[in-house]
Amino acid sequence: MADNLAPHWRLRAQRYQLVGNVCLKCDAKFFPPRQVCAKCRGTEFDLFQFSGRGELYSFTTLRSAPAGFEQYAPYSVGMIKLDEGPMVEAMLTDVNEDKLTIGMRVEMVTRKIREEDGERGLLVYGYKFRPSDA
Amino acid sequence: MKPKREVGIVGYGAYVPRYRIKASEIARVWGGADDGLPIEEKAVPGLDEDTITMSVEAARNALARAQIDPRTLRAVWVGSESHPYAVKPSSTLVAEALGASGAILAGDWQFACKAGTEAMQAAIALVGSEMTDYALAIGMDTAQGRPHDALEYTAGAGGGAYIMGPAENALAVLEGSYSYVTDTPDFFRRAYQHYPEHGNRFTGEPAYFAHTLAATQNFLELMQLTPRDFQWAIFHQPNAKFPLQAAAQLGFTRDQVAPGLLVNKIGNTYAGAALIGMTNVLDNAKPGDRILLVSFGSGAGSDAFSYVVTDKILERRDLAKRTAWYTARRELIDYARYARFRNKLVMN
Ligand SMILES: [Zn+2]
Repeated sequence: MADNLAPHWRLRAQRYQLVGNVCLKCDAKFFPPRQVCAKCRGTEFDLFQFSGRGELYSFTTLRSAPAGFEQYAPYSVGMIKLDEGPMVEAMLTDVNEDKLTIGMRVEMVTRKIREEDGERGLLVYGYKFRPSDA
Repeated sequence: MKPKREVGIVGYGAYVPRYRIKASEIARVWGGADDGLPIEEKAVPGLDEDTITMSVEAARNALARAQIDPRTLRAVWVGSESHPYAVKPSSTLVAEALGASGAILAGDWQFACKAGTEAMQAAIALVGSEMTDYALAIGMDTAQGRPHDALEYTAGAGGGAYIMGPAENALAVLEGSYSYVTDTPDFFRRAYQHYPEHGNRFTGEPAYFAHTLAATQNFLELMQLTPRDFQWAIFHQPNAKFPLQAAAQLGFTRDQVAPGLLVNKIGNTYAGAALIGMTNVLDNAKPGDRILLVSFGSGAGSDAFSYVVTDKILERRDLAKRTAWYTARRELIDYARYARFRNKLVMN
């Protein structure tokens, strides 16, 4: 039996489309979406779809990956400053480690993040980032 | 076939993964092909890529060019022989990733390399019958060949996505289409099998050539057109030789087929092959150009289409990455990395 399918299902707009939210009072944008505005404490929001464009703020390369991600090692993860403001942590893809530089332009792509329960389980998809000119 | 209402391509997009393996590298490992190398090199998907992720990116490119709200799509159809799940549609995930609404038709199409153009025919019918304004048809594959099999040299990865809509909003208007099928067992894969079976020499004459030539000839006759009426022609391309030979037999020149012939650089992308040839042609075509698109799928059959490019191509084609962007990015890998990427190593 496949357990824990529901959390994946609830997160799909965030994971597939980079949908966060925007504070109706002060226009601050958040990803992931928040219940209370970090700037003005406002509690009213609209959903907001980020463009997926930003720049690489920092990065590191994992040579031994956490459980569930072994098959992808080595791979790089980065902090990405989205053009609309928020900072997102994500795996980087379509790039060789030695080509990564702080400040490089990156864009969101939808990729396979992991496979649950080996060949039998759910395929989990979500956002990663790659160099805009890769 | 002609729809009641005039229909055309409103947006289109390509996708090819960045990794390449040379056919000569495959030959180095297995000791060479019997009769020369069928292509130069082929595209290989990364570890985090499959038909779903590749379809999402091609479809995002098509949406960017179409300049329509994804919630106005009423169908998302993915044609492939490499859907990641045996049971669970690729199309629902693609639709959700695009931001399409829940009120859509979604389904996966299966007809070997013809699955994508079959979806295009259906999308034309859906829009042409005025059931809806916009329908998305995708042909995408991450094809696999058994190690050391002739198909391993050519089984590539990539494809194209097309948003069909009313002719008024189209960058290429459909003039007509045609389909020709017979029950021909040239290539198949049974359930639970990783790799397909094929009839070697049987795949040429009675399968690829018989259907491609019949579909094209019958279609041209019905449309009262000749090869000279077309600026460009795209044929299904399982290797570099077959489409050139078919084109020559039909009376098309090398110049007419050259821009739609990508197999030498990305391999046979199966359900994506004719459709990504078409994206490259649209990237470079002029308003007024007439384009012939002919697919072939084992099993077997061919779809043929005639499109005429409109002025809208000029303002739309640079709203997304061109096909050449994808074919130019290129990270060469050796057979060892290829074996890892294609899951040919068993870890446990
Ligand atoms: Zn606020």
